[in-house]
Amino acid sequence: MSAIEADRVGKRYRRTWALRECTLAIPPGQVVALAGPNGAGKTTLLRVLAGLAAPSQGQVRVLGSPPGSPQARDGVSYVDQQMPLYRSLRVRDILSVAEALNNRWDRDLALARLEAVGIPLRRRAGQLSGGQQAQVALTLALARRPELLLLDEPLASLDPLARQDVMGWLMTSVAEDGLSVVFSSHVVSELERVANYLVVLSAGQVQVAAPVDSLLATHLALIGPADSADSLAGQVEVVTITRAGRQAQALARTTSAPPGWSRRPVTMEELVLGYLKRPQARVVPELAALR
Amino acid sequence: MDWLTPAGRQSYGFTVVTDKPDDVSPIAFYLDRGSGVPTYLQFVHQVDYALRLGYLRAGDQLPRIKDVTRTLAVNPDTVMKAYRELELRGIAAGRPGVGTFITAEPDVAGLREMAGLRRRLTGWLADAAAAGIDELGMKALFTAALRDFHNAGGATSGSAREGDVA
Repeated sequence: MSAIEADRVGKRYRRTWALRECTLAIPPGQVVALAGPNGAGKTTLLRVLAGLAAPSQGQVRVLGSPPGSPQARDGVSYVDQQMPLYRSLRVRDILSVAEALNNRWDRDLALARLEAVGIPLRRRAGQLSGGQQAQVALTLALARRPELLLLDEPLASLDPLARQDVMGWLMTSVAEDGLSVVFSSHVVSELERVANYLVVLSAGQVQVAAPVDSLLATHLALIGPADSADSLAGQVEVVTITRAGRQAQALARTTSAPPGWSRRPVTMEELVLGYLKRPQARVVPELAALR
Repeated sequence: MDWLTPAGRQSYGFTVVTDKPDDVSPIAFYLDRGSGVPTYLQFVHQVDYALRLGYLRAGDQLPRIKDVTRTLAVNPDTVMKAYRELELRGIAAGRPGVGTFITAEPDVAGLREMAGLRRRLTGWLADAAAAGIDELGMKALFTAALRDFHNAGGATSGSAREGDVA
């Protein structure tokens, strides 16, 4: 069973398509980096997967069930960009509400986590700093013991040490419980070492969807003379190429460098930037292969 | 070359420890963020160096996957991939439910050669400095020569192709 399955999913707000023809099949236990510029549809896709927005077209399944169904609701946690908490409630009361509203609830995990990050239970949510609110929101999401965790720009309000700590904590859940996580972010570099699956959205469409390892193994950064830049496209599949006087640098989908070009491995960030610069270039699984 | 941080023995530079792992292993991994070397390969290299420098011996346990993911915030797949690679090289073996352990120490013959090789390299560095070449120039020369060597077929052992992304 896939953690996420989307078959030509579209979402329209009035006359604007926020998502078009999105097809995905992501196996469980993956840590997915959902990248793309502002307005590419990242939040819309997460809201559709969370069951908070109904697709206008196509079929979606999370953990084998339609989003918003009882099975999906128990197994999926979603943390919104804004981290909405009841500001006037004390942290202790927020935990009680969450416990009453959820079928699954791991109270020990929630208490241990809040203690570890030093958040007093008597404090009102509105008195917490942005970073502390993020920690409470993440704790609520994880204490539901989800199988799929959807995080929309979750680390934006955290300082670097807290970010590393949260990432480490989430990766432990991935290692021990087989949790699947989707992180949306436009800061790709911070997902570089945690993600093993990459989805790039561009203007509402899936531009790249593949395991990170296979992407890194099939792309190279090539450096060579600018005057042979034009002929490079005839030798390998060039994603983007930039010329600077005598030297040219290219991102290419290839496993070997043509004569005269030196090669170096690419990073996930370079891949994302390279593909975003050229929206017509795509690495998406064939629909037939997904069935 | 990179330095290893042998946990509990001696430490160089910075180690961010957010949650103290149980010291099941005599070493702890670190990340070289700017190196461009894939993370799993960094771990493989760190085990390799630790063996050569004597921080790790046959029978020692490698850091537990959950401890590495916790302290370095890396995907557990990355650690598993490193350990699979070490198993393929015949250096380590996994014991289900316990952990991954060092099974074999590297060839000691290579270890004896290293002192002489290092002396000759130091001599080369002195020659380069005398010719007015700075450190950056030396590194560029060494890297270029290493690449030529690699392109010409390189060493016959498997480790010569590590620069490639698997």
